[in-house]
Amino acid sequence: MRRAVTILLLIIVALGISLSLAKIPFGTPKTKVGRHYIDEGIKETGATNIVTSVVVSYRGFDTLGEVTVLFIAAIGLGVVLADSGREKIRKTESASLVLSTGCRVLFPLILVFGTYVFIHGHLTPGGGFQGGAIIASGFLLIYLGCRERRISRVASNLAESLGGLVFVVIGLLGLVFGSYFLLNFLPKGTANTLLSAGVIPIIYIAIGFKVGSELASIIDNLIEES
Amino acid sequence: MTFVVSSLVILMLVGAVAASFFRDLISAVIAAALVSLAAAILFYFLQAPDVAMAEAAIGAALTAAIFIIAIRRTKRYEE
Repeated sequence: MRRAVTILLLIIVALGISLSLAKIPFGTPKTKVGRHYIDEGIKETGATNIVTSVVVSYRGFDTLGEVTVLFIAAIGLGVVLADSGREKIRKTESASLVLSTGCRVLFPLILVFGTYVFIHGHLTPGGGFQGGAIIASGFLLIYLGCRERRISRVASNLAESLGGLVFVVIGLLGLVFGSYFLLNFLPKGTANTLLSAGVIPIIYIAIGFKVGSELASIIDNLIEES
Repeated sequence: MTFVVSSLVILMLVGAVAASFFRDLISAVIAAALVSLAAAILFYFLQAPDVAMAEAAIGAALTAAIFIIAIRRTKRYEE
């Protein structure tokens, strides 16, 4: 009975979605703003990667909200899983030789790759969120492979706070030097070089540090508790 | 091209259905991670490499790890 109702509901939902999407022509541009980003994005922001110019420049304020949501999630997890005074019963059996050696070799490479991804966010695909997630997956590898190692809470909190602070301060500097929050007040430089696009690389490096340390501290909290 | 994309979509469907039918939750998490991985490759073929990187790192790696840590604290098999 329940299964029949579920299948019926699923069919109704699928029918509704397909009927409402059927009227929209597939693949044709429906708004003018997307065309504007593609045509004028490089000239207006200096970033070769159009996605980055939208995420950090045109829709920079939304990105600040997104980073804040992640921050609140990490804080909430930290509050829920905070040390409630019970002693650690976790037994630390060391990982196998293959895993621990592999993690020692791979961890620096993953770290360098993540850093590359968020430093070159305005030139190549990727950016702060992607680079931060890659760095966090490197820390996950450390927790699996080298279990006696722990990331320093102080360092991760510092990186997180500094990342958020740099983002907001640069946004406010836009108000000081110009007219609106997150104004790109630095010179744009020549497109397609590392030092270009004004404040975009700085903001993306800040986001990379913030996202990486937040996700790493989420994993840290969860593993400490289990 | 069409073949690659359609086989990835079929892989995603199979992974999603398998994830909901497995009684062993670790297998279900791995099937869900497979969906994310296929989605990441699909995003790459649809010329969205930014989304593909985020999906591969967060969807396939970190989410699966967090689920497995949670399963270790609770029960592995669904009744």
